[in-house]
Amino acid sequence: MSYVAIADRDHEQEHHDPQTFITKYVYSQDHKVIALQYGGTAILVGLIALGLSAMMRLQLGFPDEFSFINPENYYQFITMHGMIMVIYLLTALFLGGFGNYLIPLMIGSRDMVFPFLNMLSYWVYLLSVIILIISFFVPGGSTGAGWTLYPPQAIMQGTPGIDMGIILMLVSLAVFIVAFTMGGLNYVTTVLQARCKGMTLMRMPLSVWGIFIATILGLLAFPALLVSAIMMIFDKTLLTSFFMPAISSMGTDPGYTGGSPILFQHLFWFFGHPEVYIVALPAFGIVSDLLSTHARKNIFGYRMMVWAIIAIGGLSFVVWAHHMYVSGMNPYFGFFFATTTLIIAVPTAIKVYNWVLTLWEGNIHLRTPMLFSIGFIFTFIHGGLTGLFLGNVTIDLPLSDTYFVVAHFHMVMGVSPILVVFGAIYHWWPKITGKMYNETLGKWHFWMTFLGTYAIYLPMHYLGFAGVPRRYFAMGNTEFLPDSAQDLNAAITISALFVAATQLLFFINMIWSLTRGPKSDPNPWDATTLEWQTPDHPPKHGNWGHELPEVHRWAYDYSVPGYEDDFIPQNVPSDVAPAGRDHGGEH
Amino acid sequence: MTIALLFLAAILATLLGWLLKQTFNAAPWEAEVVGDAAHHGPFGDDKAKFIALLTFLAVVCSFFALILSAYSLRMDLGDWVPMTEPQLLWTNTVMLIVASAVFQWTRNASVAGQQSRLQPGLLITGVLTLGFVLGQFIAWQQLQSSGQYVTTNPSNAFFYFLTGAHAVHIIGGMFVWARATTKVVLGKGDASEIRRSIELCTIYWHFLLIVWLILFGLLLQT
Repeated sequence: MSYVAIADRDHEQEHHDPQTFITKYVYSQDHKVIALQYGGTAILVGLIALGLSAMMRLQLGFPDEFSFINPENYYQFITMHGMIMVIYLLTALFLGGFGNYLIPLMIGSRDMVFPFLNMLSYWVYLLSVIILIISFFVPGGSTGAGWTLYPPQAIMQGTPGIDMGIILMLVSLAVFIVAFTMGGLNYVTTVLQARCKGMTLMRMPLSVWGIFIATILGLLAFPALLVSAIMMIFDKTLLTSFFMPAISSMGTDPGYTGGSPILFQHLFWFFGHPEVYIVALPAFGIVSDLLSTHARKNIFGYRMMVWAIIAIGGLSFVVWAHHMYVSGMNPYFGFFFATTTLIIAVPTAIKVYNWVLTLWEGNIHLRTPMLFSIGFIFTFIHGGLTGLFLGNVTIDLPLSDTYFVVAHFHMVMGVSPILVVFGAIYHWWPKITGKMYNETLGKWHFWMTFLGTYAIYLPMHYLGFAGVPRRYFAMGNTEFLPDSAQDLNAAITISALFVAATQLLFFINMIWSLTRGPKSDPNPWDATTLEWQTPDHPPKHGNWGHELPEVHRWAYDYSVPGYEDDFIPQNVPSDVAPAGRDHGGEH
Repeated sequence: MTIALLFLAAILATLLGWLLKQTFNAAPWEAEVVGDAAHHGPFGDDKAKFIALLTFLAVVCSFFALILSAYSLRMDLGDWVPMTEPQLLWTNTVMLIVASAVFQWTRNASVAGQQSRLQPGLLITGVLTLGFVLGQFIAWQQLQSSGQYVTTNPSNAFFYFLTGAHAVHIIGGMFVWARATTKVVLGKGDASEIRRSIELCTIYWHFLLIVWLILFGLLLQT
């Protein structure tokens, strides 16, 4: 075959071979450096969001004790916490960070196919973050409309940040979407075109599958957010009436005529629900690889796992209105969306069974990445099951806007992906830095985070059942709530502050590792995937030295009977080592 | 949201069909089921830019399909008053159609190696496309001078939004056109590189023409 892999063309590589410090580490076109830039920025901005959540919890746990928290900035904290965590941290970290680092290394390419566009993607992302940060400091402060930014309240008197705050938020989102699109085109094209010899689609590690399908979801779903952001900017600045109904504000008529707030909700959730899976699918993929590697066993039902990812991706586009049951809709629509929502549980459950079955009779090594991965299975099942409650119209209506919802979505798309993020960072840290981290400190970090988050979110389910509403600055003298609800809230706050503080362990560990950590083995986990087989450790620019790897097997040849090692890397030819099935596969 | 869903169904069906072909019956855990065959992408070698363009067109489709979904939802509300489109839009449409046709002619010349046709072809396309964008701007001016502002009615707001969004995409395409044209005029650059740029631009122009025809048809009907 005359095909020459894109990554193989040397002239492609040469034109962005870094020469100086600036081109190597700042204006870098190397996917690994861009990944670190994306990841670093996302984590930094995530820390801001973590700080904001601590402020919220202080108010909820100990109302009116802190004079610097008033109702206005409480709503600003809520809004910015949610928006940053979902979009600027998780989306950017999974796709911009892990996507950038892992795709070329795992599929045996030298880089992304469009390195310049890749670099541009990061700088535009940074611009969106800067615009977001600026919005904290403009007159009136950042927007306090809630992360869903529902009109009409998002741009009406009474909501904090209705001057520049909301405009900067919307502009920042639009800029983020531009950045994501540039990155996304790269990830899709790279996966399709730049795989090394022998790397068929069905030999790709599940991490790449998760990132690949999540990117496609993002590319098709983010335009919905873009459209709604642009239309809301028009409503705010030009006084059009796309979303704004005829309404009077503080006795004056702002001039809006009959727009539809529900229209915004449709557009927003058309993006918003796939967004859940934009975050979840990369986590699914990565956790599959982590479980398989640290259990020394092939992933159970690889083909089913791939198709479950694809099925979840497709279905995620037809469930959006389950976020809108309380907005009012035709009962048949409610029925339809409840049904599709419950159907999504099928491929998701397949994945969960397969993770558990991968562990079954595996040679489980409870290292830090594995602990985080197993922790993820717990939190994900937990958050997923409460999702089944909320997916049903009749159960959702009374539970809507209570702490039950807060508990649900934090378990399923807050804690779960974050556990995977930590697991993944610990897992790939030796590859990225060439150093080992401190295992004991890592395990402490896991247990305190894992148990701490349960201490935060389990009680929230009870609060939700009791009817404690979310988003409220203070409960006041709400008669139907027992006094103990407040005690529980105080306990949650203490747990939240504890969990936030324990994240320091992670940073201490990483700084210790960078400065004093022992050098790591090129393949410390005895993993099969290509990124662990690079000639240089950590991999240098161009990843593969003179010759691209050649793939002869799938990514999960662990504990193959009859072979001396308990793993066979993907690039080991079949005449050197057999494939799992050849030896009966009865393991 | 039906429009957006239909569009999505089409895209996802295409993708699924292709993925199914790639993955159905593949048993990756077995030894060498695919042999040592080199991998190649869905459209063969050397098509990275083409795939990126197709992916981008899917994104743009999603963008316009969603606006049209919003359009149809908003149209059903009580305050909607259909607007009368400026006659100038017909002239603009003809210009865009001709621009697209000339681009196709230029592309064919490029593929056939008739280098002398490239310069006039590209320049004529550029002038016509620029004419379209200017024409759209003048149409806006005409509307405003007749008192049809963006806030007059949601149908006006959508008109400005749709035509503006479409024009922005054309202007984006003009950057790539400008790069190719500069290379041709200055006589610099690799011939095959220029040919590829022209091929991709042609697809993009045809695509934006189709988008415009759909938008224009819809605006006329409602």
